[in-house]
Amino acid sequence: MSNTVLYTVISLSGLGAIAAVILYFVAQKFKVTEDPRIDEVEDVLPHANCGGCGYPGCRQFAEACVKADSLEGLFCPVGGNEVMARVAEILGLEAVEEEPRVAVIRCQGSFENRPRTSHYEGATTCAVEHALYTGDTDCPWGCLGLGDCVEACNFEALYMDEKTGLPVVIDENCTACGACVEACPRDIIELRKRNKKDRKIFVSCINEDRGGVARKYCSVACIGCSKCFQVCPFDAITMGNNLAFIDSDACRLCRKCVPVCPTHSILEINFPAPRVKKELVTTAGADSSGKTAGTKDTATGKKSSSGDSTETQNKND
Amino acid sequence: MQKYQLKTFPKGGVHPAENKLSAGSPIKILPLPERVVIPVVQHLGAPAEPVVQKGDTVVAGQLLAQSKGFVSANIHASVSGKVFRIEERFDASGYKRLAFVIDRHDDTWDPAIDRSDTLHEHITASREEIIRKIQEAGIVGMGGATFPTHIKLNVPKGKKADILIINGVECEPFLTADHRLMLEKSKELMVGIRILMKALGVDRAVIGIEQNKPDAIDLLSSLAEKSSGITVQALKVKYPQGGEKQLIKAITGREVPSGALPVDVGAVVHNVGTTLAAYEAVQKNKPLVERIVTVTGKSLQEPSNFLVRIGTPVAEVIEAAGGLPEDTGKVVLGGPMMGKAVSKLDIPVTKGTSGILILPDSEAHRKPVQPCIRCAKCVSVCPMGLEPYLLMSLGQHQLWDKARRERALDCIECGSCSFICPADRPLLDYIRLDKMRIGALIRKEKKAVS
Repeated sequence: MSNTVLYTVISLSGLGAIAAVILYFVAQKFKVTEDPRIDEVEDVLPHANCGGCGYPGCRQFAEACVKADSLEGLFCPVGGNEVMARVAEILGLEAVEEEPRVAVIRCQGSFENRPRTSHYEGATTCAVEHALYTGDTDCPWGCLGLGDCVEACNFEALYMDEKTGLPVVIDENCTACGACVEACPRDIIELRKRNKKDRKIFVSCINEDRGGVARKYCSVACIGCSKCFQVCPFDAITMGNNLAFIDSDACRLCRKCVPVCPTHSILEINFPAPRVKKELVTTAGADSSGKTAGTKDTATGKKSSSGDSTETQNKND
Repeated sequence: MQKYQLKTFPKGGVHPAENKLSAGSPIKILPLPERVVIPVVQHLGAPAEPVVQKGDTVVAGQLLAQSKGFVSANIHASVSGKVFRIEERFDASGYKRLAFVIDRHDDTWDPAIDRSDTLHEHITASREEIIRKIQEAGIVGMGGATFPTHIKLNVPKGKKADILIINGVECEPFLTADHRLMLEKSKELMVGIRILMKALGVDRAVIGIEQNKPDAIDLLSSLAEKSSGITVQALKVKYPQGGEKQLIKAITGREVPSGALPVDVGAVVHNVGTTLAAYEAVQKNKPLVERIVTVTGKSLQEPSNFLVRIGTPVAEVIEAAGGLPEDTGKVVLGGPMMGKAVSKLDIPVTKGTSGILILPDSEAHRKPVQPCIRCAKCVSVCPMGLEPYLLMSLGQHQLWDKARRERALDCIECGSCSFICPADRPLLDYIRLDKMRIGALIRKEKKAVS
């Protein structure tokens, strides 16, 4: 009996020893030497694995950074300049600063602004609806409202507004990774420069149809009238395909274009209500002053409310 | 007692209610519309290029747009009148596309076109002439796929067709356009078959007809006895027997391999409507400017079959069949299985419009989607041997590479899976998405290579 135990122990220990020797040599032979800096860089990255940098995940991006001779063209939109500076420090390279960006929705085709002409009940994804027809409105360019962008967002920076049927960007959460831009079958979402206090001015429409046709689908469509183009002192606005486009790098946020737009398709976001105009209104009458007061509260808020502010402003003009 | 020896395809298939309401209604000629809208894309492939201008006066049968590119087809005027505009108009694609808007004056035809009913049985044209005439006439597959016919007739070098299959199956429920055509234009159809046989250089043609059209089987069988090489094959009723690959399998027993063309197994399939159009093009110089359209639906006053000029608004065709019923929930172009619901009624009838189906509100809506219960019914009905539940979830998770390996591109979009699914899942919607994205991937790869 005791012999059996002894033999078992001896034979198993022997096997273990042989295996250990084999494993040692195999490990030596097939040793993979990896640059330790890859781990270091990866630790600094945000671990979002969102693909916003153009690589499948943070690990691959770290590998690419370590391999590269300069950080030109390599940028983690989630971590931003801060993280890139740390990456540069680890690698002894120079960080390439990039302007922080944020996603904007270039469509205001809410239920109110854009009448529904049919009822869609297929698979609930914009990609399928886009392949089938113009969607439940007649606008072949506008938002389909089924939320492929919300689905694609890894940072809870988008939600669907049930009142308007349009997605809304939460500026604080948006990392400009571009997942929503990729997901939108109609290319409505654009990454624009994140200005001070998240202030933005942009043409919230991508309808390339002629003005009269565009207005038939949607009351707030850009009709390509060029009024904003004429008024812009900084040449930030270009006209093309019956559309105005404001270059966010050239725009100096003077807001001259906002009141001249006849269809209110230029949006100003996160601006305080203009003070001078408020005084004008108070002298004009009690009714509208109540309105402006409300606008002042909301104008610092989110996108949907700033539409109102442009409206009141125009009336005042 | 069985009168014929029946064949069918072995794998999958479903049996939707037939509802051939308009089968007994002879083809009527639709009153000419005052204005037609003729899109430059009515076929699979590149848009045709306009050759007339705004303000030009055209006669019926005149060329409006010249085919451009290899896969493309000519477009002709279907009425005589003045080109009011060439602009973007909504059509069956669901989007606006370039179209000719023509205000009709009268009904003058191009003098070269023979519009009489006389039957020209003698085929004088050579093989090349036949193909050229069919190409000039802008003929496309009229079963609904609208693939340009002349390309299918030009058998590529190194391949050889040995059998022509004429598709008279019409397996879509409700539709009866092909059935009526076989009954009323049978003699012309037989000449058309001989023309296509000559063009392909084959000496054998089989007309495939489902058993639910016994009158057409009898009539065409008696005519086929008189001409050598042509036979009629009765088929069991099963959807989607009218699919090209299913029909080849049912009639010849040959299976078209994944990614291959029917001609790779020696077979070429043409629809009866296409065959008649080929007869008219070759023997009577008539381009494809009108087609037979079934207007049907349980709530419709008079389900009928009309001979409709291309470009006629769908609303006018419905009006002629008794008008749009009040409880209409959906109007579908094509049949209930493969047709597409439309959001507007002023869109035109095009070369591929085989039917207009009106569904009452009670039958028009999809049921709420439930979770997949893994019953595998979709797998067992898929005539292509695919796994629709898997392709759908790959589509939902955007795994296009995997979907490609699972042969999503083999899907013929017959809709059997969505039809049978007890959980009412939108299987085909996602498989179509798979196919589109895989197509984009392939184009990208090709671009990278070149």
